[in-house]
Amino acid sequence: MAEAKGVLVLGEIAGAELSSSSLELLAAARKLSASLGEEVAIALLGDTLDVPAKTAISHGADQVYAVNHPQLRQYHPDLFLAALETLCREASPRIILMSRSNQGRELGPRLAFRLGVGLAQDSLEIALDPATKKLMANRPVYGGNAVAVVSCNATPQMAAIRPKAYEPLAADAARQGKITSFPVDLKPEAARSRVVSVVKEEAKGVKLEEARVVVSGGRGLGGPEPFKNLDALAKLLGGAVGASRAAVDSGWIPASHQVGLTGKSITPDLYITVAISGASQHMAGCSGAKVIVAINKDAEANIFKEARYGVVGDWQKVLTGFTEAVRELTQG
Amino acid sequence: MALKIAVLVKQVLDPEMPVAAFRIDAGTKRVVPPPSIPPVVNGFDENAVEAALRIKDAAGAAVTAISMGPSFALDVMKKPLSMGADELVLLQDQAFDNTSDAFFTAQVLASAVRKLGGFDLIICGRQASDWDNAQVPLGVAELLGVACISLGKKVEVQGAKVVVERLIPDGYEVVEASLPALVTVSNELGQPRYPTLRGIMAATRKRPTIWKLSDLGVAKEQLQPRITLHNLFVPQRSKVCEMIEGDDAADAGRKLAMKLREAKLI
Ligand SMILES: Cc1cc2nc3c(=O)[nH]c(=O)nc-3n(C[C@H](O)[C@H](O)[C@H](O)COP(=O)(O)OP(=O)(O)OC[C@H]3O[C@@H](n4cnc5c(N)ncnc54)[C@H](O)[C@@H]3O)c2cc1C
Repeated sequence: MAEAKGVLVLGEIAGAELSSSSLELLAAARKLSASLGEEVAIALLGDTLDVPAKTAISHGADQVYAVNHPQLRQYHPDLFLAALETLCREASPRIILMSRSNQGRELGPRLAFRLGVGLAQDSLEIALDPATKKLMANRPVYGGNAVAVVSCNATPQMAAIRPKAYEPLAADAARQGKITSFPVDLKPEAARSRVVSVVKEEAKGVKLEEARVVVSGGRGLGGPEPFKNLDALAKLLGGAVGASRAAVDSGWIPASHQVGLTGKSITPDLYITVAISGASQHMAGCSGAKVIVAINKDAEANIFKEARYGVVGDWQKVLTGFTEAVRELTQG
Repeated sequence: MALKIAVLVKQVLDPEMPVAAFRIDAGTKRVVPPPSIPPVVNGFDENAVEAALRIKDAAGAAVTAISMGPSFALDVMKKPLSMGADELVLLQDQAFDNTSDAFFTAQVLASAVRKLGGFDLIICGRQASDWDNAQVPLGVAELLGVACISLGKKVEVQGAKVVVERLIPDGYEVVEASLPALVTVSNELGQPRYPTLRGIMAATRKRPTIWKLSDLGVAKEQLQPRITLHNLFVPQRSKVCEMIEGDDAADAGRKLAMKLREAKLI
């Protein structure tokens, strides 16, 4: 096997474009590549890769491996894994970066086991140790109550990066990069599972992950009805509605609204929490919010340790006054 | 022959314990378990037990819970039995101490599964609430070479296949695979059942099978950890919250809106 070299980003396609989490990975990879003095490559899997390949180059890739195959048009974990395993063995990178996205959640660990190497899971920050040139990853553990600093003992060193932990670089249309087609041989029987049907909630309004303002509700709301008030407020602010796991587990709102460690990672400019206690597992999904506002009746609640502005009081009363004033301010 | 289901369960520090009780020993790079707070079965693993028992209720199955650790609180780890599982296998050895290495853990668990003669279906929680690693179940599937479906919110066995409602960011997809297979589940599966008095009595009488590392026949080189832990620390938070007050709660709400307006946030 060739000497392991360079940083390989496992890209993801969203629609016809490179996903935003892939752009974040390229930014993280460029930092490593600067201290390594080695190239950044990206793997793209699909059947129409021209557009995402160009995007990848303008955002930091020196080299694109375009794995074109009709069977890779739709995401299938087993087929993607087979293709990625082949590519990773052949390209022989020093470091592999992937997103701890929905795909990354299943591909990362499985790929690591296939390659027989370790994966630094759900990392918030990665860097090279100046002395050893080893990849060091900071990853939150115990629901965010602690941070572990870990490194990988085998090559390639792998890290999965939490979505939104890095900011993409600005696109530079003048950047140059090489696009190499990487053919793979896929056996359809490698696919051990089959998607029979997909049930999607109808998308209405702003997407939670993209919203500039998010209004989230927790167990203290006491039922599903109050989420209508939150929804009305979110509409006024052009934002989206989120929730704590307690609210989701109570069946008051679908799981797709859950913010947190096992829910969505969001980075709005303004995050308004209503009757949420601020458990570390919840904060894990919103620590990147620029400003957090807390409305909670318990002055001792942990959320006030995380918030920039707080109101202690019954949510219903506070929210009524708040929403009225917002309506006047935004419409008056 | 009855369907054989294994559930992989982990004993963890209670994640709902007060933040103030959370302490790290920097020297050993470990969390110090507070003596007054008993450990629990990892929450998602209870969901996994529940998923297995629903299949048992519907179609009949023999359910074996398997756990690995340096030592166990037996009354805690008998919970899967008191919920309705049939067998408990504890992989207990000092060699399993202080390991947060997914590769090591998956090798040990996979070898226990092999020693037990294999299973039609293995159900696991999506991740453990201590290291939040979410790797071991997928690793076990890889090591055993069985089909793998992650993030289930409903798991059914239909004939020779498993059918899973699998969470995706904006809903779910229905995925099926032929048995044998491994499925991970999330809390969206629903509340795990409470042990009944009868279940608790039955669990009291049951003795777990206890195996040491040497009983499992895993080669030493297979257990080489893949990850090194250099440091473990509690992150510092330095935020100062500005408390907004008013004549009453509604007034405080209005003042909050003004404040956010001033800060150009709305
Ligand atoms: C492995 C693991 C993963 C997890 N993942 C997530 C996750 O992704 N997202 C998540 O959110 N949680 C997650 N959790 C759960 C988390 O630990 C908390 O249990 C959960 O976030 C609590 O939700 P809550 O704040 O709504 O409820 P509670 O903690 O019960 O808080 C309710 C709050 O409402 C306040 N309140 C009550 N009544 C009123 C009122 N009338 N007016 C104003 N305030 C009121 C109370 O003072 C309290 O602070 C996870 C847990 C584990 C173990």
